[in-house]
Amino acid sequence: MHDTHQPRLDLVVIGNGMAGLRVIEDLLEIAPERYNIIVFGAEPHASYNRIMLSPVLAGDKAFADIQTHDRRWYEANGITLYTGEAVATIDRRRRMVISAEGREVGYDRLVLATGSRPFIIPVPGHDRPGVISFRDITDVDEMVKASENGGKAVVIGGGLLGLEAAYGLHKRGMDVTIVHLMDQLMERQLDPMAAALLQHSLAQRGLSFCMGAETAAITGNDNGHVNGLCFKDADSSTLAADLVVMAVGIRPNIDLAKASGLHCDKGIVVNDTMQTYDPRIYAVGECVEHRKAVYGLVAPLWDQAKVCANHLAWRGHSQYGGSVTATQLKVTGIDMYSAGDFSESEETDTLTYADIRRGVYKRIVLRDDRIAGVVLYGDTRDGAWYFQHMQAGTDVSAFRDLLLFGKAFVDAGTEETVDDSNAEAA
Amino acid sequence: MTTTTQTTCPYCGVGCGVTATREAADRVSIAGDAQHPANKGSLCSKGTALADTVDLGGRLLHPMVDGVRADWHTALDRVAGGLAETIAEHGPDAVAFYVSGQLLTEDYYIANKLMKGYIGSANIDTNSRLCMSSAVAGHMRAFGEDVVPGCYDDLEAADLVVLVGSNTAWCHPVVYQRVMAAREADPNKKLVVIDPRRTATADTADLHLPLAPGADVALFNGLLAYLANNGFTTDLPGGAEAIAAAGPGRDIQASDRQGGDIATVAEAVGVDDADLQTFFEWFAATERTVTVFSQGVNQSSAGTDKVNAIINCHLLTERIGKPGACPFSITGQPNAMGGREVGGLSSTLAAHMGFDRADTVQRFWDSPAIASEPGLKAVELFEAIEAGQVKAVWIMATNPIVSLPDADRARAALEKCPLVIVSDVMRHTDTAELADVLLPAAGWAEKSGTATNSERTISRQRPFLPMPGQARPDWRIMCDVAQRMGFAEGFVYDGPAAIFREHAALTVFENHGERVLNLAGLAELSDADYDELQPTRWPVASPQPLRAAGAMPARAGVDQLFVDATYPTADGRAHLVAVTPRGPANACSGDYPLALNTGRIRDHWHTMTRTAKSQRLAAHIPEPFVEIHPLDARAYRIVDGELATVTTAWGQASLRVITTERQRRGCLFAPMHWNDQFASSARIGSAANPAVCPISGEPEFKHTPAAIAPFKAAWHGFIYAARPLRLRATVGIDWWVKVAGERFVRYEIAGCETPADLKAAARRWLGVAAHDVDWLDAADPAAGTYRAAHVDAGHLEAALFMAPTPARLPERSWLAGLYTGRAMTEVQRAAVLAGRPADASADTGAPVCSCFGVGRKTILRAIEADGLDSVDAVGRALAAGTNCGSCKPEIAELLAEAGKA
Repeated sequence: MHDTHQPRLDLVVIGNGMAGLRVIEDLLEIAPERYNIIVFGAEPHASYNRIMLSPVLAGDKAFADIQTHDRRWYEANGITLYTGEAVATIDRRRRMVISAEGREVGYDRLVLATGSRPFIIPVPGHDRPGVISFRDITDVDEMVKASENGGKAVVIGGGLLGLEAAYGLHKRGMDVTIVHLMDQLMERQLDPMAAALLQHSLAQRGLSFCMGAETAAITGNDNGHVNGLCFKDADSSTLAADLVVMAVGIRPNIDLAKASGLHCDKGIVVNDTMQTYDPRIYAVGECVEHRKAVYGLVAPLWDQAKVCANHLAWRGHSQYGGSVTATQLKVTGIDMYSAGDFSESEETDTLTYADIRRGVYKRIVLRDDRIAGVVLYGDTRDGAWYFQHMQAGTDVSAFRDLLLFGKAFVDAGTEETVDDSNAEAA
Repeated sequence: MTTTTQTTCPYCGVGCGVTATREAADRVSIAGDAQHPANKGSLCSKGTALADTVDLGGRLLHPMVDGVRADWHTALDRVAGGLAETIAEHGPDAVAFYVSGQLLTEDYYIANKLMKGYIGSANIDTNSRLCMSSAVAGHMRAFGEDVVPGCYDDLEAADLVVLVGSNTAWCHPVVYQRVMAAREADPNKKLVVIDPRRTATADTADLHLPLAPGADVALFNGLLAYLANNGFTTDLPGGAEAIAAAGPGRDIQASDRQGGDIATVAEAVGVDDADLQTFFEWFAATERTVTVFSQGVNQSSAGTDKVNAIINCHLLTERIGKPGACPFSITGQPNAMGGREVGGLSSTLAAHMGFDRADTVQRFWDSPAIASEPGLKAVELFEAIEAGQVKAVWIMATNPIVSLPDADRARAALEKCPLVIVSDVMRHTDTAELADVLLPAAGWAEKSGTATNSERTISRQRPFLPMPGQARPDWRIMCDVAQRMGFAEGFVYDGPAAIFREHAALTVFENHGERVLNLAGLAELSDADYDELQPTRWPVASPQPLRAAGAMPARAGVDQLFVDATYPTADGRAHLVAVTPRGPANACSGDYPLALNTGRIRDHWHTMTRTAKSQRLAAHIPEPFVEIHPLDARAYRIVDGELATVTTAWGQASLRVITTERQRRGCLFAPMHWNDQFASSARIGSAANPAVCPISGEPEFKHTPAAIAPFKAAWHGFIYAARPLRLRATVGIDWWVKVAGERFVRYEIAGCETPADLKAAARRWLGVAAHDVDWLDAADPAAGTYRAAHVDAGHLEAALFMAPTPARLPERSWLAGLYTGRAMTEVQRAAVLAGRPADASADTGAPVCSCFGVGRKTILRAIEADGLDSVDAVGRALAAGTNCGSCKPEIAELLAEAGKA
């Protein structure tokens, strides 16, 4: 083919995380000859599966289990990898990236996959020793180390990450309290009922909660190490802590892009082919803002990487239209699934199933007879099935009365050809 | 210890023999008695399920006076005193007995003797008035005595069986199966069904004539004219007049030598010309013809004329008194015939004697009084109660507030009657609720006596369970009352055998051959002989050697009567009766454009006091319904599966709609069974018009002008509950039906307004007050659906399903299976609100075969999977239809549905 005779172009990927790697993988699959690939990773490791950090923290998995690509893989695919070497500057005029160590690498195409960084609430004491975030394997190592002495841990943030951190620390023997600003856990993924079930279930496992609590300051002992926190409430109540984990959200890592003059808002703004305002420069993953949306979950990243790789490969013009996201909590014995938009309005219908004694709760929000959002608690077997129908925009009116009961019931109910009346004709 | 007792089924007039086996721990099993000549071992679905009905649930076990438990002494004093005072103050005609074809002959005899011979009034009538008094009157006019001339063997011997106004497949299933078996053995035998409805019976007929309601006289007059015009002649009294009066028949003779203007008759009758011609030709050509008629003929304001129109055709063709040829009335009740024999109708005196023989009867009884003229017939009786002429009534073994026409008026009459005495086995019936004195009667399994079936066979009913609580046999209760009224000398019996001997003796007394009813051979039975009495067909003119168990030998003059063409009339001859067609008493009108017909269904009996106890019976047709032709349904905006209110000038009922082309246009059908104990508004008797046949006094249940309109339900639903709920005065539930189950009760429900808070309403309805209960629910408020279950220690306590339309509710059959007495499994619990298993094959569907509990979906799946292509093949594969066979027509329909037949 014509393409194969062209000289290879240089593709630089900034970020050795899941998004950057996925673009490379997709690209190797469809156009392995097109680029010389150079990867810069700020972390010292080769790539690992960041979403599996929670099981590592909980001791369910070892770090080795979640490593995805070792150095041999890069070598085998002819990829140049610089680890522990952050990129300091992008010289767009010269199409050159310059690393913190002064290494200059030219590019024909550049992919920004700089990810996100945890948001640290700027309360007094946020920078004390013993206050950490939950973002990478270093954080996990630090938490594991802290937990070896037992003691009290406070996790600020009752979202997905905070709960997984809390559960992990609890499993490692710490006495854990979750401090959350809102009255319910995971308010963006769960409705009040599911959140209450979740909190009840976690409380039964021994976790404590401070709900509706805003941290005023993190206090420390004489040598500066954290020893607790106090709240902004009427009586300035306090909570003792040997370890404070901040898990209140993430912010796209846009410093480099911004400094390079690329248009950024909450994240690096990209179009539907994942290109930034500089068409030679792409961006994917948690650093990206696409159609006003910023994602913190893994599934959108796969979608974005695919589009990006396609475009880099000059393969047609597949486009990224945004992602419907689904969330699962990785806490052993707790099944929770959330997807889509389950806010209610005049245009939506809400279906609920509650078997509290069995710990099962389901909520499905329909818009125009199509699934707009779903929250499952206790029985998440059908999460993926609902998600498929949500993405496909299936009109569910034909099986609406069995929808809450899931795929097996709908299949059995609709396969049926027998129309049975209760009173037989005489 | 296991004991087996030979006894007789308490349901329809076929009078099948059953064997009841009582095993350890009082388990009862029921089987057909292979020795009994009526059924030769087979039983229908109701008979098969008899063991389900003998428990003590709901039984009345002690007397009650003014709603308070009382001892027998107090209750009997109150009854005897009340009757005596009323008689003393207002005369004997101010008291009345309203009795039942479900009493045994011995009970009936005592009731009749007490009223007619001691109280001195003929105000004793029976619910048999409602079912076959037109046949009685027709028999009297034609034969001079109320006798059925043939027996069931004639149905097998016949080459043509004509079923008129009889859904035999459902209402007399064993007789029907005998006819079917005979046809299978000889395919030349023909079956004609004459019925406005295309019933399950009609499905299997060679010819179905869906005549217009009430057109029976026109049809049989047409046949009479056709026969007369095709060579049949008679010199019997009334013959010429009957032929002359045969309506369109005159035109037939005048217009067409070939046999009349069939088209004229066909138009009058509302059937196809060619079909009518076929029927006339078959009838004319078939020497061995039996015409079976039942309530479709009798329950008419022209009922007696219809009976005679049929008998006329048999007399003209001399098809009577021969094997395989007779007119054959089959009765609805187990002992309607026994009641007729003792004289339990107000229009007869005793032992087939009329009031002209008052002297004879009084001398036999040696009684202080004797009724000298006919008393009040059922409908008149309740009118007289309403008018205050009758001030004390004793109702035994029947539920007139459900079964009478214009039943609300009957209820009002009882409400104002100064003394209402009710003897029953059940504590709660619509009638029992109005009783001042409630007397606990012994039930079927506990009583000893005899009953006579539709073919004049007297069979023993024998007890196999002890009398529960303080229950007593009816004859004994009445004797106790009679003695307290000062009639001791006439009411001293040491048991039913003594009563039976007296009854038999009365049939012989001064009977020099003018009465066919003659039990001379049974008048001297010892108690032991009585206990051992095998089924015996009367007349039993001379002492018979007691036969061993087994089929009775055919005896001309017994099995077939009138073999010598002599009849118990004054002139010794049979009489034809000139009859002319007339329309129903109340014609349809603009306001009430439809003709409402009421009747029985396959698996229920009367007012359901017994059959509603059996889950397998209740499951066949769980709800009261109204059938309507699809085009009529469209015209009146009635939707299949939803609810409709049937309104007449007399009352109304709200019922589940079944649209079906089995129904003629302009006609409605509703079952007679449901009442206030089982449904909010299904007592169809309240809507039936009280018009009666002027001769027999039988009400016109088969034709009441009616209107139909949608029942404006905002929601439909159902409840399963481990314990009965009280829905009668429940706010928010405007319509309900109670369906019995094993270990559960099911309620079909509907409401006219959707509650704002479905969960709160559901909890209230299910009687769940506590908050910390195991409750699961599924809600889709926008769609108006709500499903909830209340679980207690893993057991399903109750489940409720609501939806805007019935079609959006799950099927009921699978949920019923969760009441096993064991806790639900996790899998069941996860499925309970789906109302179905995730695995389709675990779902049997609505029951078709009650005997073996085989469901509709199971049958359809087997037809599909195993390529079953006949009813027999289905029977071999699943056993469905192989016991009583009454579901065979439905299985055939399923085969047709699956495209296999």
